[in-house]
Amino acid sequence: MSDFNLNIPSTERSDKLSPEMFEKLERDEVRVDEVGRKSLTAWQDIRQRLVSNKLAMFGFWIIVAMVLLAIFAPIFWPFDHFTNDLENKNMPPDATHWFGTDDLGRDMFERVWKGAQVSLFVGIVAALIDLIIGIIYGGIMGYFGGKVDEVMNRFSEILAAIPYLLIVILLLVVMEPSITTIIVAMSITGWINMAWIVRGQIMQLKNQEYALASKSLGAGAMRIIFRHLIPNAMGPILVTLTLTIPNAIFTEAFLSFLGLGVQSPVASWGTMIDDGAGAMMSGYTWRLFFPALFLSLTIFAFNVFGDGLRDAFDPKLKK
Amino acid sequence: MLRFILGKLVFMVVSLFLLITATFMLMNAIPGSPLQSEKAPNPAVQKNLEAYYGLDKPLIVQYGKYLANLAKGDMGISMKKKFQSVDKMIKQSFGPSLRLGISAIITSVLVGCILGILAAMYHRKFIDNLAMILAVIGLAIPSIVLAPIMQYFLGTKLRWFEVAGLNGPMDYVLPTIALASGPIAFIARLLRSTMIEVLNADFIKTAKSKGLSGYVIVVKHALRNSMLPVVTYLGYLTAGIITGSVVVEKIFAIPGIGKHFVTSVIDRDYPLIMGITIFYAVILMLSRFLADVAYVLVDPRMRAGGKVAK
Repeated sequence: MSDFNLNIPSTERSDKLSPEMFEKLERDEVRVDEVGRKSLTAWQDIRQRLVSNKLAMFGFWIIVAMVLLAIFAPIFWPFDHFTNDLENKNMPPDATHWFGTDDLGRDMFERVWKGAQVSLFVGIVAALIDLIIGIIYGGIMGYFGGKVDEVMNRFSEILAAIPYLLIVILLLVVMEPSITTIIVAMSITGWINMAWIVRGQIMQLKNQEYALASKSLGAGAMRIIFRHLIPNAMGPILVTLTLTIPNAIFTEAFLSFLGLGVQSPVASWGTMIDDGAGAMMSGYTWRLFFPALFLSLTIFAFNVFGDGLRDAFDPKLKK
Repeated sequence: MLRFILGKLVFMVVSLFLLITATFMLMNAIPGSPLQSEKAPNPAVQKNLEAYYGLDKPLIVQYGKYLANLAKGDMGISMKKKFQSVDKMIKQSFGPSLRLGISAIITSVLVGCILGILAAMYHRKFIDNLAMILAVIGLAIPSIVLAPIMQYFLGTKLRWFEVAGLNGPMDYVLPTIALASGPIAFIARLLRSTMIEVLNADFIKTAKSKGLSGYVIVVKHALRNSMLPVVTYLGYLTAGIITGSVVVEKIFAIPGIGKHFVTSVIDRDYPLIMGITIFYAVILMLSRFLADVAYVLVDPRMRAGGKVAK
């Protein structure tokens, strides 16, 4: 195989070793035990790997830009998202209305960033709720094991077998459609995945010496789980958290698109895409383009950043 | 093996029973009744209507009756759609949804596997990069964006396809792409990563050193050993296709179950909502069950009667 080629031309290759083939070094010049690579803590190491991943960093900066624009653009923009201006309806993008206006003359630039607020809020809050429930439930499952684990795991499996969309839609029927309803509905089954990840991690970690040491010093189960085990399981937890956000954002857009989510005049990318799809047929392409672009860009950014994070936490990919 | 299948079946029935009960309770917890309307009807008429639908009986009796009817395949009567029976509505709209779903599943698996195999075979080369860029785009552009864009450019502008309906074979193209783009990307990435691992395994080196051709190695040796995660994903794929079909059927005006589901939720047509929920749940659980069985069949280690590792 070509990998095993030695860098010696074949004519010169011989069995005999000649003195010219060696370079003599003074003993002091070589410090055999010196560590060539700068010593890094685990987190520094992870950050370095993450920063060197260009696609992941691209995603990271898109997320930062989105968050900043979602917070500040509506504050400084002269238009609001709900005032109708029927004389200026369906205006293409120009210097006053950067993203044009919709069929009620509402400014699309303002609405896109108001929609970004809704999307990011839903995504982040839903992910945080999943995180909290998942860590508590999964931590208890994994740490106690045995009967406790058996019962709790069965329960989560039964809940997980019920399709996500069905639960969300059923709850939206029962409760008034709003941002809170969407978040509650998504949280009912959303935490299960996180709980399973945490459970697996805790089961691996609980037999380590430091957990035993803490136990023998008299620490209670809760202290061991939350002070010692969870911080050591942070990698997979963070990755799952990052990848939960785009799913939640997508679900909100999906429900709003169907008319089951956020209600007008509150702006949501989902409802704007629904309206925009109809408006596109009349040639008002910008009405679909802008919300569609930013929804796709956000989902893309969170996905590539989450992938990069996973790679950064994976010691197998260390160079 | 038999124990494993029986266990899964029992589990499925329990989940389904819970879902039916929860749905029934939820539907009854909602204030107001679909029989209410703006003009207040004569109390006697109201009473007769309630008696007709069995709404005057205690909840537990209604529940028992619902379960008994359900066992016979009778899901009650729609309250909004000219009082048609729910099971008939589901039966009529199942055809288009099923055909579209099957075409989307086949497309997802075929295209996803081909992209994944190519990317793994040409790891870190141009084809790999191209396939992975396509996959990331496929994951990032949701069907609610992709479908209207295709509809506009390929339907309205270029007039290559019909904008709506599901009448000829060509009408399946756009909805299928809209449904399959996400799963294609997912399968391609999944297969690529497992296959890269498998292609570095010792038995592949053995096959290479025996002088087998690249095609035989990939298809006969590597692919079989990389398919397990894809097979597991198939159960979830059905869920994704059903979720997607709700949107895609709305966009392309396809008279399928997904469209009924959305209208039933907006109309608050409780018997129809319950019927479709249960119907979807049965299909999803069955497809996950079939995926589990397929997993056992594909993995030779499982055939000996081992336990499924999660």
